[in-house]
Amino acid sequence: MTQDAHDQAARHDPVYDELSARPEFAELRSRYRRFVIPATAAFLAWYALYVLMSMFAHDFMSTKVAGNINVALVFGLLQFATTFLIAWLYSRYSNTNLDPLAKQLSDDYYESRER
Amino acid sequence: MEGHQILTTALFLSVVALTVGITIWASRNSSGAADHYAGGRGFSGFQNGLAIGGDYMSAASFLGISGAIALSGYDGFLYSIGFLVAWLVALLLVAEVLRNSGRYTMADQLAYRMKQKPVRTAAATSTVVVSIFYLLAQMVGAGALVALLLGVTSEGIKNLTIFFVGALMIFYVTVGGMKGTTWVQIVKAVLLMAGSALIVVLVLAKFGFNLSELLGTAAQNSGKGGAFLEPGLKYGVSTTSKIDFISLGIALVLGTAGLPHILIRFYTTPTSKDARKSVLWAIGLIGAFYLFTLVLGFGAAALLDKDSYAEVAASGGNLASPLLAEAVGGGPGSTGGAVLLALIAAVAFATILAVVAGLTLTSSVSVAHDLYNSVFKDGKASEAEEIRVSRIAAGVIGLVAILLAIPAQKLNIAFLVALAFAVAASANLPAIIYNMFWRRFNTRGALWSIYGGLISAVGLVIFSPIVSGKGIDPATGKNLSLLPADIDISWFPLENPGIVSIPLGFLLGYLGTISSKEPSAEERYTELEVRALTGAGAEQAVQH
Repeated sequence: MTQDAHDQAARHDPVYDELSARPEFAELRSRYRRFVIPATAAFLAWYALYVLMSMFAHDFMSTKVAGNINVALVFGLLQFATTFLIAWLYSRYSNTNLDPLAKQLSDDYYESRER
Repeated sequence: MEGHQILTTALFLSVVALTVGITIWASRNSSGAADHYAGGRGFSGFQNGLAIGGDYMSAASFLGISGAIALSGYDGFLYSIGFLVAWLVALLLVAEVLRNSGRYTMADQLAYRMKQKPVRTAAATSTVVVSIFYLLAQMVGAGALVALLLGVTSEGIKNLTIFFVGALMIFYVTVGGMKGTTWVQIVKAVLLMAGSALIVVLVLAKFGFNLSELLGTAAQNSGKGGAFLEPGLKYGVSTTSKIDFISLGIALVLGTAGLPHILIRFYTTPTSKDARKSVLWAIGLIGAFYLFTLVLGFGAAALLDKDSYAEVAASGGNLASPLLAEAVGGGPGSTGGAVLLALIAAVAFATILAVVAGLTLTSSVSVAHDLYNSVFKDGKASEAEEIRVSRIAAGVIGLVAILLAIPAQKLNIAFLVALAFAVAASANLPAIIYNMFWRRFNTRGALWSIYGGLISAVGLVIFSPIVSGKGIDPATGKNLSLLPADIDISWFPLENPGIVSIPLGFLLGYLGTISSKEPSAEERYTELEVRALTGAGAEQAVQH
């Protein structure tokens, strides 16, 4: 068990400053932000487009594509597809680009604890 | 009792026996706070993914969304998309960061670099408000649902059901803690997925697995023709209703990652990587589930006869899935129909139990960890004392929920779920996001965004048509608002406050921050950020 959360606010551990100043950490932060910020903007915009069109582009959304399947249904199912896709891409991206750097830094942290 | 009622009752009791057994088993190797609050952080990504699904997919989703599709066609489907896309916010911005930087509650991550007492008080207030809203909606739903599924109308049975559900959830939480609750949620998720998958396959088989044919029959039988498959049947009636839906959509997509009972699930995995995996599993599961509800909803519209369809309409949609199960099993009076009806009813019951347990646990942990220990005891309470308080809090919250739910049955409180999402998105999400991405963010910013988001979301609903001003429905003679029909205090035109309260929550967080200086919060941001992104110093799993 680590210290109580209460003490943590008063405590300052200099090892975090050290880690934060490392180029690997700057790289990790920029890689993380480089993925999540554009991805979040993209899926929120894509979802907003879907909601706005469902409300205000009734005729276009009602266009039949095949049989009884219309644009609205395809658009809705595409929201599922893009959600799965972004989740999968993020998982792949983290595994190759984020996890190794994070592990290296946290290993150094635990080593410094043992010293 | 008729045959199917006996069967339904027997299956309900099996669900109860199974979950009570699991809870007792889970309590046997649960000792400290990390066990009681976070299940020892020992659940794998897959297990926690199932539990997240079990925590998130409420009876409102299972019965409500399929019912909404059965009655309003495409517009019912609109709901589920917001509920799913929302998980990307949790995956990309919240889950791993929270796992690495917090311990047990939503407040932990904020308190990491801010003034403990005010921030924890605010976060605990918002946690309890959101959880109680959600809990009340589930409990009232439970009373109505069990009565409906057992085919009884007596007020006494409904009250008894609410009491019984309340007593069970108090039991799961006080005895089993997070371990017991998690296993109840895992069992529920498996039952829910298996049960609905079975009905989906049976429905699709009736149409030779041709979706277009299913949709065509549904449109025809609904009596609404092509419009049934197009957006607008429910939300498209006026510009106000359209903006109202947009407001709801924003709250759904941003609220999920601010729901306290979802957030604390991320603490139950050994590492942040497992937390990420669990969200991936949850996205797969929840996505599949909402695709199932699409088939269930249109299937109910396509396959139910006129009488059953009228019964679905009278139940507000809740009976769509159970009656569909009966129909694909062979129809009323057949053995297959009775078995499938009873099965789906039991799944719905398990769903309610798992969700209410998660909510009660979340608020009791926040009361004990944030309010009792950090605010009242200056962080000096022993672990055993804190756990004892959390058990008492679970009992008190459970009792309050029972006492509020019984009179609330007379009111239409389905709006409380949407309101819980709106509060979570307006009060909690801005604080969580700013805390992680903005070094300058500080205590005043956190307080302004949490209280501002909370008060504006709830306040706008008080002055909305939900509370007053809708008048009497000329067709049914029912009062459409909560307050008596002759009182009208409404001036806010929308039923969903999100479109105003969410930007306001973010704006207040910004203004509060730039209007005050708190160097220590900025200094400690470095530590928070390193810890959040690398996992250095994050809480470890309990070794048994």
